[in-house]
Amino acid sequence: MNTVIIDHALLLAAILFCIGLLGVLVRRNIILMLISMEVMLNATGLAFIAAGSYWGQADGQIMFIAVVTLGAAEVAVGLGLTLLLFKRYNSVDVDNLKQLRG
Amino acid sequence: MLVLWLIVVLFVGGVLAGLAERVHAAASRWVTLATLVVSAILLWPLACAQPQAFESVAGQSGWLAVLQWEWIPRFGITFLLAVDGISVLLIALTIFLGFIALLSAWEEIQTRVGFFYFNFLWTLAGVVGIFAALDLFLFFIFWEIMLIPMFFIIVIWGHEDRYYAALKFFIYTQASSLLLLLSMIALVFLNWQQSGEISFSWFDLLGTKTEGVFGLLLMLGFFVAFLVKLPGVPVHNWLPDAHTQAPTPGSVILAGILLKTGAYGLLRFIVPLFPEAALAFTPYALIIAVVSVLYAAKMAFAQNDMKRLIAYSSISHMGFVTLGVFSWNALALQGTLLQMIAHGLSSAGLFAMAGAIQHRLHTRALSEMGGMWSQAPRMAAIAMFFAIAALGLPGLGNFVGEFLVLLGSFQMHPIAAILAALGMILAPVYALYLLQKSFLGEQSDTFSAHSASLFEFKAREVLMMGLLIFGLILMGFFPRLLTEYSDVALNSLQALGWGP
Amino acid sequence: MLNLLWLVPFFPFLGFVLLVSTSGKMPKPWTTMIGAGSIGLAALTTALIAYEFLSQDMTSFQLHLWTWMEAGNFAPGFSLYLDGLALSMLFVITGVGFLIHIYASGYMYDDEDFPRFFTYTNLFVAAMVMLVLADNLVLLFLGWEGVGLCSFLLIGFWYKDPANGLAARKAFVVTRVGDTAFAIGLFLLYKHVGTLDIQEAMIKAKLLWTEDNATASLICALLLGGAVGKSAQLPLQTWLPDAMAGPTPVSALIHAATMVTAGVYLIARNHELFLLSPDMMYAVAVVGVLTLLMSGFTALTQSDLKRVLAYSTISQIGYMFLALGVGAWSSAIFHLMTHAFFKALLFLTAGTIILSLHHEQNIFKMGGLVKRLPLPCILFFIGCLGLIAVPPTSGFWSKEQILNATWESSTGGPLIWLGAVLGAFMTALYTTRMFCIVFLGPSNGDVHEPKGFKFVAPLVVLAFLALVGGVFVETAWQLPLSNVFPGGHAPHPPTVIVVIAIATPFLGIAISYLFYGKRVFSAEKFANSALMKPLKTFFDSGWAMDWFYDLLLVKPYQWLAKINKKDCVNLLPDASSAAAKILHAALSMTQNGQLRLYVGVMGTAALFVIFVVVFL
Repeated sequence: MNTVIIDHALLLAAILFCIGLLGVLVRRNIILMLISMEVMLNATGLAFIAAGSYWGQADGQIMFIAVVTLGAAEVAVGLGLTLLLFKRYNSVDVDNLKQLRG
Repeated sequence: MLVLWLIVVLFVGGVLAGLAERVHAAASRWVTLATLVVSAILLWPLACAQPQAFESVAGQSGWLAVLQWEWIPRFGITFLLAVDGISVLLIALTIFLGFIALLSAWEEIQTRVGFFYFNFLWTLAGVVGIFAALDLFLFFIFWEIMLIPMFFIIVIWGHEDRYYAALKFFIYTQASSLLLLLSMIALVFLNWQQSGEISFSWFDLLGTKTEGVFGLLLMLGFFVAFLVKLPGVPVHNWLPDAHTQAPTPGSVILAGILLKTGAYGLLRFIVPLFPEAALAFTPYALIIAVVSVLYAAKMAFAQNDMKRLIAYSSISHMGFVTLGVFSWNALALQGTLLQMIAHGLSSAGLFAMAGAIQHRLHTRALSEMGGMWSQAPRMAAIAMFFAIAALGLPGLGNFVGEFLVLLGSFQMHPIAAILAALGMILAPVYALYLLQKSFLGEQSDTFSAHSASLFEFKAREVLMMGLLIFGLILMGFFPRLLTEYSDVALNSLQALGWGP
Repeated sequence: MLNLLWLVPFFPFLGFVLLVSTSGKMPKPWTTMIGAGSIGLAALTTALIAYEFLSQDMTSFQLHLWTWMEAGNFAPGFSLYLDGLALSMLFVITGVGFLIHIYASGYMYDDEDFPRFFTYTNLFVAAMVMLVLADNLVLLFLGWEGVGLCSFLLIGFWYKDPANGLAARKAFVVTRVGDTAFAIGLFLLYKHVGTLDIQEAMIKAKLLWTEDNATASLICALLLGGAVGKSAQLPLQTWLPDAMAGPTPVSALIHAATMVTAGVYLIARNHELFLLSPDMMYAVAVVGVLTLLMSGFTALTQSDLKRVLAYSTISQIGYMFLALGVGAWSSAIFHLMTHAFFKALLFLTAGTIILSLHHEQNIFKMGGLVKRLPLPCILFFIGCLGLIAVPPTSGFWSKEQILNATWESSTGGPLIWLGAVLGAFMTALYTTRMFCIVFLGPSNGDVHEPKGFKFVAPLVVLAFLALVGGVFVETAWQLPLSNVFPGGHAPHPPTVIVVIAIATPFLGIAISYLFYGKRVFSAEKFANSALMKPLKTFFDSGWAMDWFYDLLLVKPYQWLAKINKKDCVNLLPDASSAAAKILHAALSMTQNGQLRLYVGVMGTAALFVIFVVVFL
């Protein structure tokens, strides 16, 4: 029973993560990229929870709380930066930000 | 204590010279001059020391002004300064050439004067430190202190291609320093394993058994680091660029003093610390020496840039140092030291001459010179003097050094000595070519545009050249004035090696 | 008085220092006073010292001034050593040198660099005296190199012409080849004998080595290398003809009378070493004979007056080498002395002629000068007699001694003798040719003979010495050499041999006179005949030695220098910096600012790592 749960949960997490990653890669809109990243974060969180319940330890839940906090912070900072970028470039296209190239 | 004060005076003088620029642009020069005068005065008691003042350190006799303070006891690092006859002579050379370089910088350096003299004095301080430090860690620190100001001197006040030259200089020397540091630490570690005591002191490390492949590798680390500085073929390429691009005082210090730190390193560390490894390595070192002498002489002949030509001639002359060190007998060692000092004086003279010409003609290309004798006979006579000093004419300092090195090395390695003696044929080829292209022959157009009165040497330059000429003649006829100092030190140094 | 020996080199050196320090700003009479006066004082000192030395019947005198250098057991002194050999040389150097300086003060008077000339010549005399008086070989080497330097400076005296500069550098570098051999010889000698003090080394060498020792022979060969360089003998003779680019008094002083005989002095000084090696003695004799023949043939084809004299100098030094080779040491020094007289006379007279003809040196543009320059003609005639060795001029006595010794010596023999006699024949041939072409025949152009005491007095004195110097030494006053060289019985070859040797020059004079004086035969027709023409070209080029060295050494060296101007060792560091640049370009391409690309690369890399960790 347990093994089925952990396998399914991890598979779900992996699929979610890939969806998020694909979103980051194909989207050029910063806001949608942030949302995709949020998906990726939650996928990791799911993996932590599943692993924590599998081992019967609280570490996974602690990590999940950390991930949620991280996600919140990331969204706050990310959206703030997006706002500023929009003010400067009048667009939310990430490909406009190429100044930092070698 | 005296040596410490000497170094401190140079460091503090450098800072003061840097600050003095805020008062007046010319003030830095005078502060530098005062600093050098003070250091010369501090050097005086050392130079006058009688043999009975010599101390014995760890079984090694002939030391003066020994100073040993605890520094980082945990790693056996001490603040160990001491000088013997070799160091005194080289420190004296450093201070003397400091005056010469200052005279050559007097009018040439007009931008950021304060910072220039700061770098200038700090380089000298680093060099004096190298000659006096006998703790390997301290030695390394001075080794690094010397480099960075020199880098700035080239990169800020240099000529057209200075960035390339300065970077090349820095990379070469820095890479070799790394090698030196690694070998040093490994040597200390080896000594720690053998004796159970951790120490960076040269005296303690003398007892390390350095046989075998590991010893050979350590020796090579030291050797390559010093060979880069010397420099020897095939790691000489930084030198022609650095010399050519450096401002005149920079070239004078580089050729006159900085190269001598490499030679000093070879003399002080290689054979005493690694006798067996050095003996095993001797054939290869001799090949390097001979190739340096001949190849660089050939390269010098091919140059059109006056400073490049002189730079290659320096490499050729320093080949004799390698030859002398790896012959390691009384004659060769004495000759090596004299060769170092004589080359310091003669190359300083040649570079100052090249700088003076460039200052006037705004070119270093020999193809654009010619026939300057008729307008500037005094300058021509002085150039002639340094050229023939460089080709090793008896009666001048370089001959004594070269002759003793060759005579000494012939007793040990006849074939290498004979091959190196062929340098005696190649030296006049480039030295006389230099003279012919610059001062003799028909007058060139570049030159005709200048009026003679502006061209001829001024009193300051005559003083500068006169000091060098006096030194070389004195060395040529009375080399014993110098060898009396170095005799004891070289004898006890020689006893550490394998030579008979 | 003997303790004042150091004054002999000191006076010329002081003159040099004074002239240098005033850097040519002194009035000309003062310059003359210092320049020629210093040599005069040196000559005077030499005379006084010689009087004391000879009247006390001393064998040698040593004066230690200071220890020069010191390292281990090696401590050569700045010490002077006077014996009969050194004294004989001093006579020539200071005596003939003084006469030439007087002449030069007239000859060079109008030159803008008049003081510079005396600066160099004074330094030269100082160095030459040091060479002769040195008590050890290192100090001898100092003088040796010093005279080489002065020779360089004086050949290139008129520096504005690059050709003179080339000749000067050639002289320095070619002799330096010999000097290097000499230096290596010193190293080898020191290795085995442990000292470079000449007298001590000779004694030790005799104890250490028996006759025919290979090491001793090698050392002798190396010293011979030095000697042939300085004395312009085969195979290093090529520099001397070009050295005639210098002012004529220089040719007389340095390239005829004194410096070029330094090689002879070196071998004579180390004769005890050479006695240990009969092979090398033979080599010296062969070098001498080959050189005198080669330069005799070449002198016959030259058209430049000074070059004819230059080749005759090479040939006469060849005789000295021959004398050394056959062990006739005193005869070599005797010939050195008489040669200094008549050759200095010839060169100085040639200088007067050249000056009279507005610096014309081509003998074919001269001619008929006997009427227009009577006094130089007589003086030149006397010089020629000495050169041909017509009895009883001084050249005759010394050359006869050499030829006789050659016949009898174990390292000489009939073949060598034959070569030497053939050389004497050639000497007569080219000397008569030169005299006839210059002084006889039709005259052309105008002459302005320089007049004055300075132009005449030294020549007359030299002519007197060239005439009677030999008789004087032969009969009344022997050179003080008996204490220096091993004595032997005077050679007495069969009378017919002696007669042949004496008669040959007359034959040469007669034949040459028929060609060039009476013009019974046409020299041009003879020289341009199918057989002689290539030979003439060959002789004229100095037996193609210059061409040969050019091809073998000079050109390859220049080529080597040219192709590697940029220093091929640089390729390695340059390659590493180029590699760094390429890598830099490649990596900076990936950093294009595209955020999504970064994410993609990171994702791929993470995937790769996971793949590696999980499956491998």
